Amino acid sequence: MLTPQEADSLFHTVRVMAEEGRTVIFISHKLHEVKAVSDRVTVLRCGKNVDTVETKDATPRSLAALMVGREVALAGRIERETEIGQVVLEVRDLWSVGDRGDDALRGVSLTVHAGEVVAIAGVAGNGQRELAEAVTGMRSSSRGDVTVDGRRLHAGDAREAIRAGVAHVPEDRLHTGVAPSLSIASNVALKSYRGKELARGPMLRLRAIREHAARLIRRYDVRGGGPDLPARQLSGGNLQKVVLAREFDGAPRVLVIASPTRGLDVAAIETVHRYLREAAAGGVGVLLISEDLDEILALADRIGVMYEGVIVGELDAGETTVEEIGLLMAGGARE
Amino acid sequence: MIRIERRLSQPRWLTFAVPIGSVIVAFGVMTLVLLATHHSPGHTFRRLFDTGFVGSQSLNATFIAATPLVFTGLCAAIAFRMQLFNIGGEGQLYLGAVFGAAAGIALGNHTGWLSIPAMIVAGAAGGAALALIPAVLRAFFSTNEIITSLMLNYVAALVINYLIFDSLSYWRDTSSATAKVFPQGKNLPDAASWPAAHIGSLVLPFGLLLGFVIAAGIWLLYTRTKFGFEVQVIGDSPRAASYAGMRTRRKILAVMALSGAVAGIGGASQDGDFRHTLDPRGLTAAGYGYAGIVIAALARYNPFAVCLVAILLGGIQNAGYALQGVDFPSGLVGVMQGLILFCALGGELLIRYRVRFARSSRAAEAAA
Repeated sequence: MLTPQEADSLFHTVRVMAEEGRTVIFISHKLHEVKAVSDRVTVLRCGKNVDTVETKDATPRSLAALMVGREVALAGRIERETEIGQVVLEVRDLWSVGDRGDDALRGVSLTVHAGEVVAIAGVAGNGQRELAEAVTGMRSSSRGDVTVDGRRLHAGDAREAIRAGVAHVPEDRLHTGVAPSLSIASNVALKSYRGKELARGPMLRLRAIREHAARLIRRYDVRGGGPDLPARQLSGGNLQKVVLAREFDGAPRVLVIASPTRGLDVAAIETVHRYLREAAAGGVGVLLISEDLDEILALADRIGVMYEGVIVGELDAGETTVEEIGLLMAGGARE
Repeated sequence: MIRIERRLSQPRWLTFAVPIGSVIVAFGVMTLVLLATHHSPGHTFRRLFDTGFVGSQSLNATFIAATPLVFTGLCAAIAFRMQLFNIGGEGQLYLGAVFGAAAGIALGNHTGWLSIPAMIVAGAAGGAALALIPAVLRAFFSTNEIITSLMLNYVAALVINYLIFDSLSYWRDTSSATAKVFPQGKNLPDAASWPAAHIGSLVLPFGLLLGFVIAAGIWLLYTRTKFGFEVQVIGDSPRAASYAGMRTRRKILAVMALSGAVAGIGGASQDGDFRHTLDPRGLTAAGYGYAGIVIAALARYNPFAVCLVAILLGGIQNAGYALQGVDFPSGLVGVMQGLILFCALGGELLIRYRVRFARSSRAAEAAA
């Protein structure tokens, strides 16, 4: 990560190199950077060349439209039937330090009501992962509050967050969401092994753990193996079902779910979306963090767009467009 | 073309076949070494086997050699299970011997058999105390525990030598004039001598039996308890553990302390079972702690397998002493032991990866 001053000096160097007759290929998903250094812009989406335009002819809006692509797929949207309840999750002015030592969150505030799906859109690396981790207690925060059901959580205490009813489906499901070499049964018990159903005193009730896993495997239709199979041997979709099964089984109040369908096939995506809708209909407050705008538009009630550690815009999912979101995602609110 | 790729699944039979195969390969290579040095492989192997494992006399010597290895092997296995690389079993064993001897000397013959549990507890405390140093550094400052625990081995070796050779410490025998000139440890009182179980003509040291009991306890702890469950998760994926709200720091401290305690009991067993004095020279020359690391790796961190491998390795070690002679240098014995360990650790690769003999890409193109 560069500071703005360092970035400016880098851009200057790049321009000088170009003027000396060298060819520079500059790869970025930030519109103002692209506008600052380039002569010509090629937009890639899903590994394909979408369009190439002269920088002077391009506006942030037109580039954003190219980046996010086709017409809004509002067809996938299902209007809600249930009422939205009271506030279950409140995040106020949350600051947190990222892995690189810089401030990854710079004052994020948001609320999620029971039965509501609030989506956080943004290009990867703008603080979404840190937001999910700070809300679920996996990451400490340097300032600000996370309140669940009116109870303020201690920063960086994942166990307290779990007890308060915060479920978490992390973006890295294979290395965070599960312990990959351990069995499905162990992974289903990953958070509930402390409880009375699965343990007696310091001892585990291994049979109860297996039976519990077998029940959830049936209910969530996990295919590929029984409770004893190591989690890593499941396909992505089935692995995600294991994670969802465990998280929903804890009867959560809040669900923080990050890139839940990345790398999944169409059928699995549909299943995950169905479970998400069911959770919201059941009164869970869902914070959906995703880069997939179709997914966000299909599921969310409200959308916050994150850029460089802050929420730069809050939109009503029923009234916004992909272009509007895309512009905010690429830092277009700056212009 | 030969490619090495990660196995998606590890078939169960492999975990048995690979260690056995490794030993066979080791003996194969050893045959070449023996032939090259003009020794008869058949004769050497038979003598190795006879002096290690045949007859009660050989077995009894093997049990004595195996006893400390059970403890240091368990010490390593306990920590390695959580991907916590405690290389300090060596030093933890020394400190256990120091504390265990102190308890034995202090209690004298006043409390009878109570000396034995007191020595065990003291030895465990000594080992755990030393292991907690790298544990705290790792848990709170992310210091690499391999380096710190390894370095503490040298510190512990200096300490134990100092106590006998360079000071008039509590452990040093100063009762006679010769003892003042030739430094040695105090003899432990009779009450501090650990008993042995006699089964027919076999003699099983108390420490060995204690090691078996501890192995069973560790197995129970790691497979049947919440504590063990957390150790498994942390060992497999620290991120998943923190995601699940597990207290990783506390677990690091607890597991290292447990690991060190087991090595420390091994040190107390050296005092109580065999040496009956604090014997720096004997302990530092033996290298039990380092052998324990290898044993844990060969046993794939399974506590019961640790016991088996310790006896196997104890036998080879014991036979090694017998093989040494004018025509058979001790270096050759070392080569033999080293080869077995080398092949066994190399075999690990085959459990996690598979070797595939694929056609070269050019051949594949031609076929297509």
